[in-house]
Formats: sequence, structure tokens, C-alpha cells
Amino acid sequence: MTDTNASFPARVTAGFDRFGGVLWLPVLLAIVALLLIGQPSTWATLTIAGLAMGMMIFLMASGLSLIFGLMDVLNFGHSAFVTAGAFIGATVLAWLGFWVTGSNPALNVMGLLIAITVATVFGALAGWFFERVVIRPVYQDHLRQILITVGALIVAEELVLLVWGGAPIPVPRPAALTGSFVLGGVSVEIYRIFAFLLGLAVYIAMYLVLNRTRLGLLIRAGVENREMVEALGFRIDRLFILVFMAGSALAAMGGAMWAGYQGLITAAIGSEMMILVFIVVIIGGLGSIQGSLLGAILVGLMANYVAFLMPKMALASNMLLMMTILLWRPYGLLPAVKR
Amino acid sequence: MAPVLRLEDVHTDIGQYQILHGVSLDVPEGGVHVILGRNGAGKTTTLRTIMGLWKARRGAILFRGENISRLPTPDIAQRGIAFVPENMGIFGGLTVEENMRLATKDGRFDAERLARIHDIFPAIGQFWNKPAHALSGGQKQMLAVSRAIVERRELILIDEPTKGLAPSIIRNMIAAFREIAEETTILLVEQNFHFAKALGQTVAVIDDGGIVHRGAMAELATDVTLQSRFLSLSLEAH
Repeated sequence: MTDTNASFPARVTAGFDRFGGVLWLPVLLAIVALLLIGQPSTWATLTIAGLAMGMMIFLMASGLSLIFGLMDVLNFGHSAFVTAGAFIGATVLAWLGFWVTGSNPALNVMGLLIAITVATVFGALAGWFFERVVIRPVYQDHLRQILITVGALIVAEELVLLVWGGAPIPVPRPAALTGSFVLGGVSVEIYRIFAFLLGLAVYIAMYLVLNRTRLGLLIRAGVENREMVEALGFRIDRLFILVFMAGSALAAMGGAMWAGYQGLITAAIGSEMMILVFIVVIIGGLGSIQGSLLGAILVGLMANYVAFLMPKMALASNMLLMMTILLWRPYGLLPAVKR
Repeated sequence: MAPVLRLEDVHTDIGQYQILHGVSLDVPEGGVHVILGRNGAGKTTTLRTIMGLWKARRGAILFRGENISRLPTPDIAQRGIAFVPENMGIFGGLTVEENMRLATKDGRFDAERLARIHDIFPAIGQFWNKPAHALSGGQKQMLAVSRAIVERRELILIDEPTKGLAPSIIRNMIAAFREIAEETTILLVEQNFHFAKALGQTVAVIDDGGIVHRGAMAELATDVTLQSRFLSLSLEAH
């Protein structure tokens, strides 16, 4: 199945892919950043921050990618779930007061996990409602999807303002996850490690569901060809609601984690992240969880390195990253649909 | 014997265009039955309408006596009708094994059935764990047909399986379809008359969204007058 008559660029690409291909891009980016930054300890701190940020963006983006890929729905209201997750997470953390700020590390972490769980469950339920009421009437109609989901986003942000007010809300960070430790001369923030590990755990869980279960097989097939999945006898509309709920839940989880990372949140927290989330979904490849993870890590690293090297270029750098990748691979780095 | 499938005055629109103008057709139980027609005559629309992927505006589609024209596609599939579309409908990101497993009822293979599929299409076993996007066109077609027979079906709808395939692969396909037709009914849509006449027991010629001829394939294959009347009207030269 190897084409010996392939063109030179095709052979270079094939060789590149054989040795891990695009999976090496974050390593390449980190090496270039090390050369530009010069100080290994600063570089290591920025790399850890970038990985943690990438994992939190992955939580927000992976669900949106599946919703795009499987349901062909342009959900511009996705950031409403990030915002809701952030505020619900912050509220639960505030309610748990002593649990979170006390001296018992187990209670600290338990408090954060409860806050994340409540935000995630709320995200799933809100996702169910959103799909039924807002999305279902506009399947197959992209223009109406954009209009109605942007409208729903505005309504959701107004509701947040109504409930929590317009002033920034401080988010208590669990005492056990506050501060940092020094490892080999590099200062490592504990919350970043927690965020990285949580994102990794979610990725592994998603990977196992998608690759080891019949449900996952159906979702992967549905991302490629919805019609054929139906022709094989499966009700894809039942998958749609499940995927939408999961995607919304993950966005809320990411929002709750991001709120703890930021420490101070406003109703715009979701909208502010959405540009990066859309960049991740596009460069990763629609419907691809591996692509979302790769894209999120690239975006997280790029944002942190450039914020240090050229602060004014932080957002523009990720836009340039997206443009470059799309010129190179129009369907993203790891598209779910193999052509 | 009652036909396994009957179409009664089926009209189908796509957008503002009417594609089928009252198609009526009986598909007898067992064997291979062919719909011949030129590009745009309504062959694919007929199969997609039977499968519920496009809804008939008027008329009835009776599968073993039950009108399935208003049923959703998954319910039609669950009644034992398999569909092999023109583009084969292969999931390129899934392995050959995963493509096949998806078409099983409960995610488990019938070992005897699978062994028979491997006998009919050895390439399926050879590329079992390979991603389907890496297969050649002929291998993808074999996978599409294998997927349709991984469970016992009452009726298999196949849309132009020879399109773009090399003659040697087409010869293999003829042998494979003969074997498959021993246990099930195949409704085949084709433009390739030589392939169709090697397999078909009955034939219907469709043109401009209506059936213009129906009868035994043997009759059409031997009657030059009928061929010049319908095939010059309906088919590209092959």
C-alpha cells in the first residue's frame, strides 16, 4: 500500500508521519522556545504553565470538537457552559469555606473535587436543556445555529450578571493547592500540576470510552458519516444528546478549573477563552480528541512562551499558529475523518 | 411467491426537483435483481428512498408486506435491509475489524459467518487490523459488502459496486455476489451491463425517474432489439 511514485512533498510527509509526525510539534515548539528564552528555569516554569493551561483548554475544547464533528452543530454558545461552570464552581468553593481553606489537605482537595463535580453535573443538565430547546430546532441549518447560539450565549451571560452581579468574584483556592514547590531550581505551582493531572485523567477516560467501548465506536463512526451509522440501524439522535451533554459537562469542568486558576472571575470568563477554544478545535481537527489535546497543548505553550517573550503578541501568536497549520493541513493536525 | 420488496407508485423529491415519478417495482425473494439506468435516471434515489434516507412524497414501499416508507432509516435497517452506498460508506478512521463490528447486532461476530466472509474476500482477513482509509478502492468495496453480510440480512441494496474497479476485481465481485445471493436477496443498481447480466435474474430499466422496462435478465441479454431500445436509451457504453 506504499506508493513508490508519490511526489517528493508526499514522501517527506509520509516519512514525517512515520516518526510520530505532528505529535512532535509541542516538543519542537518547546526547543525553539528554550533557545529564545535562554534561561532553563524560566523556560521550565513557562512550559509547566503552558501544559496546565493547555489541559484546561482541552477540557473546554474537547466537547466542542465532538459536537462539531458528530452533530455538525456550530455552537457559539459553548462558552456559556464555561462561564456557568466557573461561577458554580466558585460558589460551591465559597460555600465549603472551611473545607477549602482549612489545614486538612484531604478536605481541601475534596472541596475542590465537589465544586468541580457540581459544576460538571450542572453543565450536563444545562447541556440537555440547551440541546432540546435551542439546538434541536436548527439541526442542518448553520446560519440559524450561529444566530441562535450567539443569542443564547448573550442571554446566559446576562443571567450570570443577574445572579452573581457585575463585580469580579474572588475564587477561593484550596489551601493544599496554593503556593508552589521548588524542583531542580524550578518553581512549580501546585495548582498547575493538579490541573495537568486532571486534564490527563479526563483525556485517558475519554480515550478509553472512544476506543474500547461500543458507544465510543459509534461516536467515532458518527463523526465520519452520520448517515451510514443510521443505515446500520443505530439511532444517531440518541448519540447527539449524549455527546452534547458530555461536551457541555466538560466545558463546565474546564470553567471551574479555570476559575480556580484565575482567582478572580467575571461573566466574560467564557467568552474570553472561546477564541483559544475555537483555535484548538480548528487546528486539532473537528471531532478528534487526540487533535484537541495536541492543539490545546500547542496553544497553551505558545500563549505562555510568547506572553514572556513578546507580551503584546500573545493572542496574535496563536492566530498565526492556526493560520500556519491550516495552510499546511487544511483539515487540522489529527482530523477524525481520514480522507 | 410474494415479492420480498414492492414499490408502488413511489414519488421522491430532492429539494425542489422531482426525481422519481411513480416508480413501481417488485423484487422477488432470493437471487440478484438489477436496476439499470444511465446517470441521473433515478437509480440511486430509488435505493436511498427504500432505505429511508430520502422520504417518498407519495406511494408505498412494502417490505414483506409492511409499508416502510414512513419509517426512520435505523428502523428500516433493523428489519433486515442492508445498504452499500455508491461511495461505500466506509469509516476510514476505523479499522477493518471495527467497521465490521459496528454492523453486528451486539458487537460480537458469528465465527462461522466471519470465516465464510474471509473465504469470499481474503483481503478482509489480511487487513483486519489496518485502518480502513489505507485500503485500495477494490478492498474498500469488499469491506462495504462484507459489512453488509456480517449478519444475516433479508435484503441487500447495493449501489454501483463496480464503479472505478479494475476488471479483475469485478470478476471476483461476480463470484462473491453469486455466493452471497445463495442466502439472501440482492437489489443491485448498475450501469455496467456486462456485470449486471452476469448476475441478474430480473432487470428493471429506469429512465427519467420511471421504470421503462421490467422482465427477466436472460430475455434482455439475448434480445438485441430490446437492448437497442432500452440500453441505448439508458446506458453508457461498457
